[in-house]
Amino acid sequence: MRLSRAEYKEIVRCIEQLRPTRQCMKMLKESFPNHSQSTLLSIFSLEYQKRTKRTIWRHHAPDVIESYYQRYLSGAKARPTAPILLELANEVDLSPSLMARIILDRFLQDLDGGASSKTVLNSMLKEPPLIPDQILASNIYQCTINDCCYGPLVDCIKHAIGHEHEVLLRDKLEERSLSFLDENQLRTMGYDKTPDIILEVPVAVEGHIVHWIESKASFGDDHSHRTYLNEQFWSYWNRFGPGLVIYWYGFIGELDCQRDRGILLKDCFPTDIVTLCHGNQQERQTPESGKTT
Amino acid sequence: MAALLESLLLHKVDVNTALGWLKNAEQEREKLSFSDSRVSVQKQEFVPFLLNFLREQSSHALTHGPATPAKTPNRPRPASQTHGFSERRGCRSAGGGPSSGSRSASRVQLFSPANALSPGNECDAAGQPGSNCLSGISAFSSPSFNSGWSPASRPSASERRSGQRISLGDYMISPDQQSPNLQSQKGRRRSAGGGSGGNMPAGSQGRHGGVRGGHHGEETGRWESGGRRSGRGGGGGGHSRINEQVSPPPDFNLEDFPPVGTSPAPSATTKPSRRINPTPVSAERPHSKPKTCFTSTPFSKPSSPPLGTEAQEGSVTVGSPLSLQEERELLKREKTKRAQQIASPLPAPLDVCTPTKSGLCTGSKVTPDAQVACPEPSKVTFALELDLLAALYCTCISENLVPNVFLELFFVVQLLTSRFPPNDDEGSLCAVNLDVLERGYLTQVHNCVYFAVKVLENQFQLVANLDKCTLRLLAENERVASFSPALRDELTRAQDTSTAKLSPSVSTFIHSVSFQPATDNRSNFSSNKAFHTFKKQRDVFYEVLREWEDFHKEPGWNFDAALGSRIRGMMNQLTDAGNHSHFARLFLKQLVQMCKDPRVNSSPGDTPDADLLGMLGADSLGRLKRLEERLIQPHGVVGPCPPPSFPGHQEFFKDFLQAASCCQLNQHLQDSLCQQLLQLDEVSILSPAASIGEKGGEGDGDMEQQDEKQRFSSVLLLARLLAKFLGFISFLPYQTAEKPSREIQEAAVALRIKSSPVLDVCAVLRNSIQRRRTVLTVPWLVEFLSMLDFVGPLLLCYRTVLGSLLLLYRRMLLGECGGEMCYLNKLLMVAVLGWLFQIPVIPEDLFFTSDFSKLSQLEDSNTSGAGLDYIPLVDQQLLYTCCPFLGEFRKLLAAFVSGSTAKSGGIIRKITPTSAELRDTPPTNRSQQKLQVDLEQAFFHNQPPSLHRTVEFVAERVGSNAVKHMKATFVSELVERGEKMLRDGMEAPNSSPSKLNDSICAQLCDSGMEALTRATRFCSEKSPEAIRILLPDETSPAVLTTSENITKRLATEKACSWLAANIKALIRREWKGRFDRVMKALTQVTQDAEDAGGPADELVFQARFTAPKRKQSSERVTSCPPHCSHSASLPSDILIEIKELLSVAVGPRTDQEQATVPQLQALLQRVGDTLTCRKFSTAVSEQMLLHTTVLLACKLVSAELPLLCLPVCDGVAGEPPVRAVLEVLSELWERDCCSSAPLHLLFTPLTVTAVLKASDSEWNTYLFLVRKLVERGVLGEEEVISYWKKLSSLALPTELIEKFHLQSQSINPSSPLPELQTHMDMLQVSQQTVEGAT
Repeated sequence: MRLSRAEYKEIVRCIEQLRPTRQCMKMLKESFPNHSQSTLLSIFSLEYQKRTKRTIWRHHAPDVIESYYQRYLSGAKARPTAPILLELANEVDLSPSLMARIILDRFLQDLDGGASSKTVLNSMLKEPPLIPDQILASNIYQCTINDCCYGPLVDCIKHAIGHEHEVLLRDKLEERSLSFLDENQLRTMGYDKTPDIILEVPVAVEGHIVHWIESKASFGDDHSHRTYLNEQFWSYWNRFGPGLVIYWYGFIGELDCQRDRGILLKDCFPTDIVTLCHGNQQERQTPESGKTT
Repeated sequence: MAALLESLLLHKVDVNTALGWLKNAEQEREKLSFSDSRVSVQKQEFVPFLLNFLREQSSHALTHGPATPAKTPNRPRPASQTHGFSERRGCRSAGGGPSSGSRSASRVQLFSPANALSPGNECDAAGQPGSNCLSGISAFSSPSFNSGWSPASRPSASERRSGQRISLGDYMISPDQQSPNLQSQKGRRRSAGGGSGGNMPAGSQGRHGGVRGGHHGEETGRWESGGRRSGRGGGGGGHSRINEQVSPPPDFNLEDFPPVGTSPAPSATTKPSRRINPTPVSAERPHSKPKTCFTSTPFSKPSSPPLGTEAQEGSVTVGSPLSLQEERELLKREKTKRAQQIASPLPAPLDVCTPTKSGLCTGSKVTPDAQVACPEPSKVTFALELDLLAALYCTCISENLVPNVFLELFFVVQLLTSRFPPNDDEGSLCAVNLDVLERGYLTQVHNCVYFAVKVLENQFQLVANLDKCTLRLLAENERVASFSPALRDELTRAQDTSTAKLSPSVSTFIHSVSFQPATDNRSNFSSNKAFHTFKKQRDVFYEVLREWEDFHKEPGWNFDAALGSRIRGMMNQLTDAGNHSHFARLFLKQLVQMCKDPRVNSSPGDTPDADLLGMLGADSLGRLKRLEERLIQPHGVVGPCPPPSFPGHQEFFKDFLQAASCCQLNQHLQDSLCQQLLQLDEVSILSPAASIGEKGGEGDGDMEQQDEKQRFSSVLLLARLLAKFLGFISFLPYQTAEKPSREIQEAAVALRIKSSPVLDVCAVLRNSIQRRRTVLTVPWLVEFLSMLDFVGPLLLCYRTVLGSLLLLYRRMLLGECGGEMCYLNKLLMVAVLGWLFQIPVIPEDLFFTSDFSKLSQLEDSNTSGAGLDYIPLVDQQLLYTCCPFLGEFRKLLAAFVSGSTAKSGGIIRKITPTSAELRDTPPTNRSQQKLQVDLEQAFFHNQPPSLHRTVEFVAERVGSNAVKHMKATFVSELVERGEKMLRDGMEAPNSSPSKLNDSICAQLCDSGMEALTRATRFCSEKSPEAIRILLPDETSPAVLTTSENITKRLATEKACSWLAANIKALIRREWKGRFDRVMKALTQVTQDAEDAGGPADELVFQARFTAPKRKQSSERVTSCPPHCSHSASLPSDILIEIKELLSVAVGPRTDQEQATVPQLQALLQRVGDTLTCRKFSTAVSEQMLLHTTVLLACKLVSAELPLLCLPVCDGVAGEPPVRAVLEVLSELWERDCCSSAPLHLLFTPLTVTAVLKASDSEWNTYLFLVRKLVERGVLGEEEVISYWKKLSSLALPTELIEKFHLQSQSINPSSPLPELQTHMDMLQVSQQTVEGAT
């Protein structure tokens, strides 16, 4: 879905006050019934990450951690079944998963008398039953399962989505008999930068040459697009020539301004693909006129 | 020299004698002696004199277009001179004095004085700082060589430069002083004296004095007068004297010959009135292209362009003038200062030139068009003398006695298009009375045009080789028509034969350098660090390039400020990693990709050759662009001698090297450039010997020739680019903004002579001459040498090579037909050499000194024949690509046209339909076609270079073979058929052989087009075979197929385009031969008509080879079941759904949030499907899925996830509905794909506690699940027991333990878990411990 910057801004404005919970997501979806859920979720996730990056330092000050921990302790004591941590997280506007991590870390410090290892911490977050304190464990479950931006479950979902879209992309290419090398093949060949796909025989999409395709299972906003450009897309251009980026969950339309320079943005697998066609054997050619620029 | 000319004009010497003398190349006869005056004249003195004379004569006429620099005589003039002449000179020089002196720095001197006077110049000067002005001038000016012999009169380089600034400024601030001068100028014929009142600026006064001196009979005077410049240079009145003593007043430094922009000035000199009107022309100068080029040349800071005019000074003893010079210099400095203060910093606003007027902006005219005099043949005066002058002049041109043939031609075209106010005639009235040399032969438009047309007629061959557009403009020029209809007709004819072949598909697709594993992967680097550093640097490099593309045109953007530090940082990192060789390779490849083809190289907006660029596009975009450019910059005439420049992207690479200033990089680049250049220089180009003899040049040879031509042109362009950069890098350390002083030069020479130059240019040239490959070597050598620093030419090796080139140039007579060398080959060499000789750093004395040439002798080799020089390799396109300045003729003429139409209301056909349009292609398809071409180019980009070479090679061969095959089979079949028709026809009564012949021929030609179909078939058949056998077996099928198809297309295109153009002619020719033979046979009835014309050898060669096995693209390993349709839900979707459920389970939740049994059952079903199909799954997602199912189970058994109880869904009566779900779960876990489900989660205290905290029924449900799992074998009993054990050792709250105990008591003993029972007991036992722990 290609959003105009104005539309995007409207969504962002609405997101500003939301917490990363199921309830908030529901609200968001209701406010923008015309946008796909995944797009909204992706935008929210990106925005929330930005917000977190901006504010996380506040929650990491030792005294702040201590106060959170104390509040948790007293809360848990008073209301053992209540979602103490989740409420606290929402109250101080911190991702529940991150709050869980902070508290668990603090808890383990008391337990071991020293800094806990990251591995232990992570495995406990992933599998709260490992936590010796059951009330804490169920609080942490509440946090990590409810959080829709951070946490092992969400990470896994994001990872899965990314992977699935790469598979889908390969499927589409195979459907159209476009021969390509994928990231793994490229890596074994010793390429220093590897897009998801390099086409063995380039095609033209909406009149632009495409050598490589990068699949991004997220929304393309200014910040992430800029980062990707610098770290990936231009590097691909530098090595393989012009290419195509698919932001499956949409992007800000205005960002698609480097077409002539060799970076084309799409929110789906393109339909207007022109392949090299030779002589009589006109290969498939889908002249889809509507979208050509 | 003057004496000679005078004698000639007075008919004292026979013209033919002089012409013969000029033509004779023999050294001994360099001198011509006169019977009447015992003066001997040397050719090298006479030629510059003549050139300057003509320039002087016409100086006021050339009001448009860049000035053609005059030549400076290098020698002191002989004594005999006419006073009148000198006087006139003096007068003029007085007027022009200030500027001319300053101008001497640039080689274009001739008109500079006038320049200075012209109001336009004033305006110019005012509008910009002196430096800008200067650079503008130098850029425009086509430099001339000035005599190295008169150092005294010339200020040192820097001096001059400053002088120039001064002069402009000077003018600006003292307009009132000029007016008298102007007046005098106007009446320059009248007398010098009057005009040169005391009002003149010091410089001019000095000049004047000098002139005067000459007038008074001093021998030098004449010369002085000739060179106004020298006068100008001279300070006080005593200067002339000094000059006399010193003798060499070379003063014609035509160097100042102002470029186009400045040219209006000369006209100003003659007409006082002009002073009043500011000349737009000069305003145009600052923005004109050359200037930009110029500032972009490496050595010149914009403020101080390198004008290496001074080569000689110092060689002559400077006598008394020293003090004077000092004085003068001081004065100049002062003036400069003032001028600069006054000058506004940016000339930009003056840039605007409208298409119609810019060419004409001959400064001073108020109403230019209306007042232009119309030349009429009847009004020509001095026709005889003009004829004589033209004859002399033409001989100089024909004999390559002039340093730059095209410069002279340009001058002539300027004369042709010169503009005079209509009432200018009166000026010539008094002229008759003057001395022969004083007469104004070219002071009227009639005479100018007459002279120009004469010369053009004489030099027609040269002219005829200009581009079609120029020819048309000339042919349509009304002046040509009225003065010589014959010439016009010839031009019209030439226009038709002029075949500018434009290559159809030049893609403007610019690529990055592709990453090739073979050269770029880790194994090519010494360490990981080196590999990763280079990875980063490659990206930085392109980032910088992109930034440059975006911003370099913006005002105020500075390369070094914006990118310098990043580039240097990058260099440091490369140094750390020892990666320079890799970077050098990337750099060079990118350079070649972006800059090799000058037509592509320029970024949009700056187009070195708009026309070519536009036409090449062959699509609407190209035409649009062309149109746009014509509108924007229609006649930016820059003159035929632009300084070396780095157009388009070249500028980036140049600036990059300068900013990087990294010696390691430069060394790597040098090594690589040298190697590549020498390789290119050795490249073998086939001589299409077979076809040369063929009539009409049609035949396959022609096609092969085209290929070789293309190859040659590609090699040549590449070599020129590489050579320029090699030269740039090699001489970079020595570049100075200003010409160093004599002492410094000598010291530098002494030092540098010891080290060997980067390239043994002498050996290269010698070798090339011996092997007759100069047409390849010289153009790139010229590029290399054009980068020389000021000291460079003084080094023996470069001096020698320059001398050799000069000799080569002299030998390359264009008029000499029948010479072994092809005309266009020669033309290219003459053009590039002529250009080289005009470059500022090349010493001016080079051309007119003979001692120089003694250094270098051209060895004539005995090996004749086979060299490249004799193959017609250069075509007009290549010529114009290498020498874009040839396009100046067109601009000049177009400017004239646009001007004159304003007057006559005529139509300018500026936009001409291009012939390059693709055949039969509707415009809508154009972009599609271009896209296909782009796709092809793109395809090769990421493939190994060898693939591209193979495809091109095979296509070329197959295409060529197809034509041969057609000739051998199809054409001969047709001819056979024709013969049969002929014989049949002849049997009919009253048959007319000639009629039959015509009709048969027509029929055959009609069926000839079938050849295209056949050739296409041939190519489609042969290309894949050849490609398949030539590409590596490992090539992937897609790449192979694409390569085959591209080869097919290229080969077909090649064959068909040739056939389409030539098949009819071929058939006609073949048929004619056959017809003649048949007729002969028929007439000699006695002879048997059997005519054996067996078809030629069968060329078809059947290659039988089996297609090599192709590597199958590796199948993706998916362990989906066979026939899996991959239609299961995506793991992520399932995860999201379960997550939703789980978060309801863990809360907080609302009462409405409940799950139903069917919903859960369906979900679990889908989980099963998803887990089975592994297409989209990864290890991580799979594990997480399993994890969540177990978690779900936990939440179900503990009733944390409330189930909405619908009566319908209660499966088994009496059983809690949740059991149905658990059933499904246990079934799921039973599957193979779920073997790794983390079932231990069911036995964690957290779960058990939750279960226990709930009601009894939950506990039963829990046990139900466990039992199910054991039953299904998902869990072993052992396993369950060990979980129990673990559980018992863990801390559970007391009341829960009790509950646990109680609950376990209630377990039915008949349950299949007797062991479990035991362990429940154990739990009890450990109760103590548990209690203690809590």
